[in-house]
Amino acid sequence: MTALTWPQELAIRSALALTVVAFLLGLFSVMTYIERRLLAFMQFRLGPNRTGPLGLFQPVADGIKLFFKEEFVPQAANRWAFIAAPAVAITTALMAVAVIPYGGAVTMPRFDLLPEWLRGRPIPLQIAHLDVGVLYLFAVSTLGVYGIVLAGWSANNKWSLIGALRSSAQMFSYELALGLSWVGPILLAESLRIEDIVACQAGGIHRWNAIIQLPAFMIYLFAATAEVGRLPFDLPEAEAELVAGFHTEYASMKFALLQMAEYVNMITVSVLATDFFLGGWHAPLVSLQSAAGVNLGLLWFGGKTGALLFLFIWLRGTLPRLRYDQLMRFGWKVLVPAAVMHILGTAAVILWLTR
Amino acid sequence: MTASSPLPSYVPILVLGAIAAGFAILTILFSHLIGRPRSTPAKSATYECGMPPVGTAHARFPVKFYLVCVIFILFDVDAAFLYPWALVFRELGIFGLIEMALFVCILGGGFAYAWKTGALDW
Repeated sequence: MTALTWPQELAIRSALALTVVAFLLGLFSVMTYIERRLLAFMQFRLGPNRTGPLGLFQPVADGIKLFFKEEFVPQAANRWAFIAAPAVAITTALMAVAVIPYGGAVTMPRFDLLPEWLRGRPIPLQIAHLDVGVLYLFAVSTLGVYGIVLAGWSANNKWSLIGALRSSAQMFSYELALGLSWVGPILLAESLRIEDIVACQAGGIHRWNAIIQLPAFMIYLFAATAEVGRLPFDLPEAEAELVAGFHTEYASMKFALLQMAEYVNMITVSVLATDFFLGGWHAPLVSLQSAAGVNLGLLWFGGKTGALLFLFIWLRGTLPRLRYDQLMRFGWKVLVPAAVMHILGTAAVILWLTR
Repeated sequence: MTASSPLPSYVPILVLGAIAAGFAILTILFSHLIGRPRSTPAKSATYECGMPPVGTAHARFPVKFYLVCVIFILFDVDAAFLYPWALVFRELGIFGLIEMALFVCILGGGFAYAWKTGALDW
């Protein structure tokens, strides 16, 4: 197969980027429906069931409603920062997905419609192959704080400001544990490329980092839940104390963009957990990897990510909210020391095994 | 295929960033065009649970938040240092482990000081 020229490569990557963005936004609207429905079932309610069959058109109705809502900037707000904040939030949230692999390579079908150079070519499902993928993730996930702080500060509302401050302190604190929990998988894979970390876990469930790096996986789950501000760590928008936190003053599509950023972040951390700890697109048993000659990698990947997303909703339906001092104490005094100790322990075990 | 890619590996990230930013700007513009504002003084006042707002929100807030950020930077550098270390750990061997243990101990001293002075208590 001939090598690609750079415009062809750019076309493939751009198409992939567009697909991923469209898919994430679609998944966001489906998630809002699934979340409300599942929460309702957990609380013995019905949830949205009036719009279309089973209420399936609820996200569409919500979207149309939000578009036609009155555009609104409070008098006291810093106008441009107020408008820019949701755009910053969603842009940084979407930027994080660039280096994540979503599955192995997908071979393009040999349709006549496709140009000659595309037919039968395997396309790796990853937008950018960075050698420093994990470092990039670490950097971009910190950028997410900007949107929230900008939103909270520019609204010139006390609830917003307190929500934004709480949110930034919380994200900073748990960002650390999140980043440290990745070091274990890096030690094992000896690579900062996420696709290498996935490849390192091939060959069955006993090779998954969720098993051999169980403490890191647990630290990651706690930190990720706090990082995306989901219950029981949703202090930034604790509605009983802060009205709605940093998006108190937002309405219309700007509110929707903030909400979207939150869900995209949630999807991102679930996908990352799948890649780092649950073996990515590898099946728990090698014999289950393909059926009838078809590689089921994407199915496994989607299933694992879906299970993690369900876990987030389940947590929300089950657990009460923490107090802020409990949250900070847990992050700094438990998770961070535990993560550092775990890294040193992993390193010592690797040394002992390869001696 | 990726090793010999003719495209610099960060270009797709720029493309993704452009798509994301474009989407955000278009959405805000579109909703601005079809959702007409009809502003009244009461509506555009800052929301404070129905009461007239008292003062501005840009007042003083607890120094704790600042402290957390400073401690975060300290440990963030630590984490950023751990990544390359983890990458070459097998080559460094026992030397790498002892070096990192020493580094963590020094940081741990600062951490213990922050803990003892109550910077981590809320």
